[in-house]
Parts: sequence; C-alpha cells; structure tokens
Amino acid sequence: MLKVKTPKTAKARREVEKRAPKLVENRKKTLILQGTKTSNVLNAVLTEIHHLKKESSIRYTRKNENIRPFESGGETSLEFFSLKTDCSLFVFGSHAKKRPHNLVIGRTYDHHIYDLVEVGVENFKTMESFSYEKKLAPRVGSKPFFAFIGEGFQNVEELKHLKEVLLDLFRGEVVENLNLAGVDRVYVCTAVSSTRVFFTHCALRLKKSGTVVPRMELVEVGPSMDFVVRRHRLPNDGLRKEAMKTVTEQPKKKVKNVSGDVIQGKIGKIYIPDQQVGDMALSHKAKGLKRERREAKANNEANEHGSKKKKADSE
Amino acid sequence: MEVEMEAQKYQVDLGNLMALDPHHPFPSSLSNRKSLQVMEVEMKAQKYQVDLGNLMALDPHHPFPSSLSNSCKGFLAIQNPCERLHIYFLREELVKQCLQKGSELVQEIADALFNLPSTEDPDGPLVRLPPLTTRLPREKHVRYSFFSLCDSAFLPKPKPPTKWEMFAQKKGIKNRKKDKVLYDEQTGTWKRRHGYDRVNDDKDVPIIEAKMTDEPGEDPFVKRQAEKRKRVEKQEKSRLQNLKQAAKVGALPSHVQLAATALPITGTQSAPKKVSKDELENVAGMAATATASGGKFDKKLPGEKPAKHVGKYRKFLPVAEGTGMGSLEKQQTDKVLNKLISKHSHEILNVDKAVTMFNVKREKRKNQQGKSSSTSSKLKPQKKPLKNSSKKGSFKKGSSKKGSFKKGQSK
Repeated sequence: MLKVKTPKTAKARREVEKRAPKLVENRKKTLILQGTKTSNVLNAVLTEIHHLKKESSIRYTRKNENIRPFESGGETSLEFFSLKTDCSLFVFGSHAKKRPHNLVIGRTYDHHIYDLVEVGVENFKTMESFSYEKKLAPRVGSKPFFAFIGEGFQNVEELKHLKEVLLDLFRGEVVENLNLAGVDRVYVCTAVSSTRVFFTHCALRLKKSGTVVPRMELVEVGPSMDFVVRRHRLPNDGLRKEAMKTVTEQPKKKVKNVSGDVIQGKIGKIYIPDQQVGDMALSHKAKGLKRERREAKANNEANEHGSKKKKADSE
Repeated sequence: MEVEMEAQKYQVDLGNLMALDPHHPFPSSLSNRKSLQVMEVEMKAQKYQVDLGNLMALDPHHPFPSSLSNSCKGFLAIQNPCERLHIYFLREELVKQCLQKGSELVQEIADALFNLPSTEDPDGPLVRLPPLTTRLPREKHVRYSFFSLCDSAFLPKPKPPTKWEMFAQKKGIKNRKKDKVLYDEQTGTWKRRHGYDRVNDDKDVPIIEAKMTDEPGEDPFVKRQAEKRKRVEKQEKSRLQNLKQAAKVGALPSHVQLAATALPITGTQSAPKKVSKDELENVAGMAATATASGGKFDKKLPGEKPAKHVGKYRKFLPVAEGTGMGSLEKQQTDKVLNKLISKHSHEILNVDKAVTMFNVKREKRKNQQGKSSSTSSKLKPQKKPLKNSSKKGSFKKGSSKKGSFKKGQSK
C-alpha cells in the first residue's frame, strides 16, 4: 500500500524543501554525541568541538547504548539520528579500556555512513587554559584557514583520510566571496608520526608589513590535542564516485522586480508599504491626543446634543 | 639531527628563493620588489599545495620531527619529575615549531588571497575565491532541479507523461484556457467553475427530471452523489499511479514522499486493515467486562462509554390473566397447542426425512453389533456382573426409552 505524504502546511513544506537533496548543497551540519561511557577529557573535547562549530552543530548529551559505528548493526541508530537532525557529519565519543578517549569522526551520504576515522585524544588542552588578548578571539562562523604540515598527509593513507575529514568538519560555510577583514582563525595540523597528528586552533593576528599582504602571526587559542589514528574505513569506490559528483555551474536565480529595455535601461520596482500615520510615535505626549479625552469629548458633545433636543421637545 | 635538517632547509630555501629565509623575522623587507615576490610565490606554490577555495595549505615535504615524537606520549604517565620536565619542554618546542611552520603556510595562503582582485565594501575588501581544488563528498545525492539547465550531465530527468497526457497526445487534444467564472442558470448568477459555491453544485439542483431509463425506486440525488464520489476516487487512484511512475524515474517533487502505509503480512496480498474506532471501542468494552463485577463498578476512563450489552434480555410474559399483555401468554401457548393438535398436525413431520434417519440409525446399530460380536467376546464376561448394578440398569432403561421414542417419532 502506498500513501502520498505531503506537508500539510506551507511552513512544513519549506522545512522539507530545505532538507531535500539539492544541486548546490547547503552547509553540512554536525551531530556530536557519545556512547555509554565517556571520560572528562572526551566530554570537554566534544563540547569544545561543539563550540567551534556553534552555528552548524547539534549536541546530543544523552548516553547512546547501541551506537558502534565500526560494527555492522551498530550504525542503525546513528543513521536514524542523522536523518532526524539532517546532519551529515558526526563526532562520536566513547571511552573504554581498550580504546581510551576514543573519537569517531565520520560522514554520511544520503544518511548512510560514508566513511569513518577513529582517533584517540591525547594531551588535550582546553580553550580556557590558553591566555591571550580577548580582542584576538576568533568570531563565531568566521572562515578558517588550514595548515597541514608533514609528509604523512600525502603518503600515509590514514592521515590523508583524516586530513580530508578534518577539513570537511571544520571548514565552515563554503563561500564564493570572502571578506578579508573577517579572516581571523586557523587550524594547524601537524603529522608528528605516521599515526599521530597534533591539532591546534589558533587566532590570526594581522600585522602591517608595508605591502598589500599583511604579516600573519599565529596566537594559540585552543583547543589543542593529539589525534592518534586507530581504525578507519574508507568508502567503497562506487559510493565515492557517486558522492563526488559536482556541479560545474550554479543554476541561475530568477531576478525579481528588475526589468529594462534599450530605451529605458534598467528599471527596478520597489515596494513601499502604506505610511501608517496613526501608529507613528509622537515626540511628546500631548494631553489632547489621549484616547480617553477624545472619547470623553465626543461623549460630552453627544450629551449636549441630547439635552438640547430634550429642551427643544419641552418647548 | 633535526637542527641539521633545518639548516639544510634554510639553505635550500635560500637557493630557491634567491634571498628569503622563511624564518626571518621581517620577510617584508624583501617584498618591495614585486617581481621577486611573484616569483617567490610561484616557487612556494610548487613547494606547498594551496587550495585557496578552502583556504587550506599543505606542506607535503616536511618530515616527521622524529626526535619530538617522544614528547607526545602522555607525560603524566611518567613518574620521574626530571623526565617529565624534559618531555614538557620537548612538547613546548614541538608546539612552537608547529606554530612557526603554520604561520609560514598561512602566510602562503594570505599571499595568494590578498593579491586576488578585491572589491571595496563598507565592511572590508571582498575577494572572490577560486573554485575548490580539494574535492569533498556531497551530503546527499544529486537532485535534478527543474530550473537548472546549465550542465548537460545534470539535465533534469523529465517527468514521465501521465496516462491522460499520453491519450491527449495521441488524440491531439490540447489544453484550452477556460473561464474561471461561469453563468449559472439554476440560480441566475455568475459562479465559480470549481470549488465552493460552484456552478451546478449538487446542493443547488432542486429537481432532476425523470428519464425513461430511470429505474423505479432509485433516488436520483443519491445516485448523483455516488457517481461524483466514484469519479473522485478514480482520479485519486490514477494520481497515485502517476506519482508512482514518476518516483520510478526519480522525478518526484522533493516535497512529495511516497510512503508505505503498512506492509502486507507475508503470504497475503492485502495490507492489514487499520482498526476502526468502533472496533477498538468494542474490544475495550470486552476487556472491561473481565472483572468480577463484569465491569459494572469499574472506574471509567475519560471519554469511555459504558459497555454495550451484547446478549438478548430474557422477557417473561405476565402469568396473571387479563387483557392486553396479560393475554399474550395464553396466546403463545395456544399457538403451540394448536399446531400440535390441529387436523393437519402430521404435516409438521417430514416423513421422508424421518424414514431416512431411521434407516441410517438402524444400519449403524447393525454395524456396531457385528463389530462387537467379533471383538467384544472378551468384554462380555466383564459386563455381566455390572448388569446387576442399578446404575447399569437405569442406563439401559434410558437407552431403551430413547430407542422407543425414536421409533415413536418414525411412526
């Protein structure tokens, strides 16, 4: 049996349209959640990642019993959460004896797991532990720079994968135009060994250099930590090929209220709503304008008329 | 060793860039010479991989700082305070180096970024970023938009023609614009073609003229309504069919979802029916009677109705004779008696049926006797002492009575 499900209200329809697959996609959202057991370190890591991605992440704080992303059957509820929250990136924290301070970063494609990287967190330093001029603090939602240092990011499979995932996780909005005044943060990742990556978040201080290009100075603002790569799972080739499809040109947006021809040139239509004189705020409160007074006056007049009429009758 | 390597890098850098030491505190001193700078950028671009769209730079030639990798081991685990201090300093060193290298890379990105043509804006200079070079996977599959006719590879999938559209094309039927408002002769006013208060509304038809083909006893108004309902249902069915066809090709509008309401139970064709409100109420009522009081003194839930009495109430007619109700009892018994006593009372009996029944019974009894004669020789002596008992006797009496009764019936 099939049933046609359509949104009943316009708002619901807009919501559904927002989540629908598009030619040019919106920004990826991140779901941050944890397993049954976490450590203090992991809790801090998860909240700080959430803070870093404040405007595009969802933090689940309850324990999740049956999420084991690497095992078959353990991804079901994760995929459901991905569908429910419309998130295509997830960061899953768990802490066990075998894998302490474990962080699984993964992506989904069509709400099915696309790839996974598992890293252990070591030497974690919180944002609070760094002291710097508050003026330098990066603003929420600013577009970050990335610096990947080390040959591991090109030679070692795991690190190559981790680089791509980290880039996807932290890159923020994909923009066409960038305001150069708003450049204020950088993520520095260094491959220390073939399994270890030192990750830190820095603010940018732009200093005058006498040329167009300012001199960049990094100020560590945290969080900083070491990622020790544990397990990872790459997507299979078919899925990767499907997911890597790109659109070369963006669809043209319909231009509204602009018209023109050879003689008149470009003409724009502007809508100006009616001027609401009655609702205008007055600079001072005049007593005569009070409603009670106006009504009282009107009543008085009416009464006078009445009394006059009565008088006329009596005469 | 590490220092050596760094020194080497410096030299190489110097050689390549002809003047610049990347760790020099004031690299700007050289950048006045623009041609040099451009060259330097080109050189560096070879050295680093820069993805300006993502504002990302990668230095693929930097080796692992092997001596420092020790510093990464959690220094809390080490007991010796001296060693701890040592590792702490190593760590500091590592961070410092990373930041230095990082700032080099960032400078690299900035060099490329700030040299892009910019437009002035009250908030700051705006720069148009080049397309991304690092390809990242999509979030969802490509949806074929009906408005984008740009890329031939992403042409929209056309919606398959509906059954009507196919028929119309075959017959050459074309859409004509119709007026929204029509003159209604029933009411003598202008009314909408469709929707509320429309032309030829069922509510406005007071008289339907009889036709020769009309069947007697049929309400033409009801018939009209039923026909309308049927047409609506048919349209809904074909709409669903067309949507299914569109879904097969993948050309369904994004806000429409085709959802399975309920899957049929394996082995059956149809989906399980949804339980109606009445049925649920009945079940609830039945469950409510499963108490000692038959649900009589149970607390009712809000909105719950008292249970319906399912069975018949037994009625007794008054025994005292009288008129009206009083005489009913007499009439009832009279009726039965008359049937039995009347002249044609034998007609109540179906003689044929009785005869066949009698014959069948007799044959059965014969068969039983035949069987018992062969098999029950052992049982017989056991039966004998029982014969004397009063119970057996009474049983026999009963059976004989039964037999006689049947015989009587068969007469």
